[in-house]
Amino acid sequence: MSDIPRATGLTRVLRASRGRSYPRIIGLFRERSWLFYDTVLPLLGTIAFVYVYKALGAPDRFVGYVIMGGAAMGFWMNVMWSMAAQFYWDKQGGNLELYLVSPCGLVPILLGMSVGGFANTLMRTVAIVVVGAVLFHVTYVIHQLPVFVAVFAVGIIALYGLGITFASLFLLWGREAWHMANLLMEPVFLGTGFYFPVRALGFWVAIGTSIIPLTLALDALRQLLFPETHPALLPVRIELAILGGLAVLFAFTARLSLRKMEFLARREGRLSLRF
Amino acid sequence: MSTLAIETRDLVRTYRTRKSAQNPSGGTVVAVDGITLQIPRGELFGLLGPNGAGKTTAIKVLVTLLLPTSGSARVAGFDVARETQQIRERISMVSGGESSGYGLLTVREQLWMFSQFYGLPSRAALGRIDELLKVVGLFEERHRRVSALSSGMRQKMNLVRGLLPDPEILFLDEPTLGLDVGAARDVRAYIREWVRQRPGRTILLTTHYMHEAEELCDRVAIIHKGAVVVTDTPAALRHRAAGGSYFILTTSLLDGATWLGQVPGVQRIDARDGDGSTEVRLELADDGVIAGVVKALADRDRRILSLRKVEPSLEDVFVQIVGRRLEEADEAVGRRE
Ligand SMILES: Nc1ncnc2c1ncn2[C@@H]1O[C@H](COP(=O)(O)OP(=O)(O)OP(=O)(O)O)[C@@H](O)[C@H]1O
Ligand SMILES: [Mg+2]
Repeated sequence: MSDIPRATGLTRVLRASRGRSYPRIIGLFRERSWLFYDTVLPLLGTIAFVYVYKALGAPDRFVGYVIMGGAAMGFWMNVMWSMAAQFYWDKQGGNLELYLVSPCGLVPILLGMSVGGFANTLMRTVAIVVVGAVLFHVTYVIHQLPVFVAVFAVGIIALYGLGITFASLFLLWGREAWHMANLLMEPVFLGTGFYFPVRALGFWVAIGTSIIPLTLALDALRQLLFPETHPALLPVRIELAILGGLAVLFAFTARLSLRKMEFLARREGRLSLRF
Repeated sequence: MSTLAIETRDLVRTYRTRKSAQNPSGGTVVAVDGITLQIPRGELFGLLGPNGAGKTTAIKVLVTLLLPTSGSARVAGFDVARETQQIRERISMVSGGESSGYGLLTVREQLWMFSQFYGLPSRAALGRIDELLKVVGLFEERHRRVSALSSGMRQKMNLVRGLLPDPEILFLDEPTLGLDVGAARDVRAYIREWVRQRPGRTILLTTHYMHEAEELCDRVAIIHKGAVVVTDTPAALRHRAAGGSYFILTTSLLDGATWLGQVPGVQRIDARDGDGSTEVRLELADDGVIAGVVKALADRDRRILSLRKVEPSLEDVFVQIVGRRLEEADEAVGRRE
């Protein structure tokens, strides 16, 4: 066996992330059932909402909102459930221990998990947007494409930071945390304005729910898609700046909660057994 | 660079147990109870002990998955409690029966994934993966899904995973758990081969089996109830547990076997005539002596019907060395508590 030089630092982070994202991405092609569960089923929920608005005779742009909300919801579900569930299975199957003792540490592995989940969800998002265009003739005109991309990217980073934080909290606190998140599910759907402009909740309520990165990301993206008609919460650039702050905040909480989780696991000899 | 690969001093690790009906307040289990070990680099060292002896717990402390409750441990010269990163750069770990990885990946993909966590460049890693898969006889299965592997194949794949980063110190927790005789023999052969080819590399493995420890290890620590009972070379242990290993030979009727006792190296002989055959129990100075026995039988035209070696069990060795059966030792520990 010849010697192979090992990379360290950023190269290793990138390699490790790519390694961990691989099973998620390849799974998309190998396990067709994922495609069905992750794409087709949620699509139905979104379509149902479209018909509700149509039956109410709401203006056409509301259909656009719903489509966008449906697309965004995929990322939210991925962050809240798939990430946590994956992490939990990794623990059960013994992967987590191997991840912990590997030199790259947990951060790049969770990063890879996020990227894999993101790629999965992107499929679903594209499906929803295409269905919106084909079935309901929603037209999308993106104003200021670079800003649009920036809002999307920063929003996603903040969201997955939150997701990693939640995933490690689930492992620490087990079922209670899971139940808690479950209870918060519907309020989050309401609070972030998945299916309507968040401004409708009132300015201060909407500012409060902005702690969840989806709120501002959705609002900013809608402003850029429907610039004339969308009732903005804050100007896009300010929303982008706040999202940037949230991304930093959640990257920090993610790191902190992973550290805490690892420390408690080493001290207690178990991750939550209360599941 | 420290010359010791692993060093522990009065290492203790306890677990808090959960509240249960029998045990309403919860309690403390002392899994590792003051282990002191010094394992030099290049050694293949075995932790031998019955179920619940604390082997896995000791390994978990050494690989930085558990903090010591008290005492200290150093791996590659680094402290397990504080210098975890330095240790993780230098080790890898494989547990028998682990179901790590992702079933939908192929063997090769899964191993590649793990290699990435060690920062190996893909092309070189894949080359090494193929090389190691050939060594363990899994090359043909490289494109099969992990979920379709038998447990023996899986174990070999896991072993490859452990060897892949070419660690300075490799931890193997019951590497032959659940394997059939042939597969277990293969796995032991690769383990030996690897340390032989990589001088300075250290392996710490755990096992229940005396013969496995004997076949593989340079030195063995027998642990029981979290404490080291004895540390020595397998040869010395066998010496102390003399009579532990013997051969059972069935031949066509011998009519008196004292002449067999004359074969050089035969230490004890015990023959019992049966129905047209004789069963002989032989204790030999070493396994090679059996050749002389076979030749002596052939010279007198006796047919060998069967021959098998009976290994001393952990129990046998334990009894010989400690002078007590495991259960008695349990009771003694129980009284002390
Ligand atoms: N997570 C845990 N929580 C509580 N007690 C534990 C835990 N893990 C192990 N123990 C206890 O610690 C003791 C030592 O267990 P350990 O797994 O280290 O033994 P072992 O020598 O590896 O046994 P085996 O040969 O069965 O694998 C046992 O009494 C076991 O019940
Ligand atoms: Mg064990």
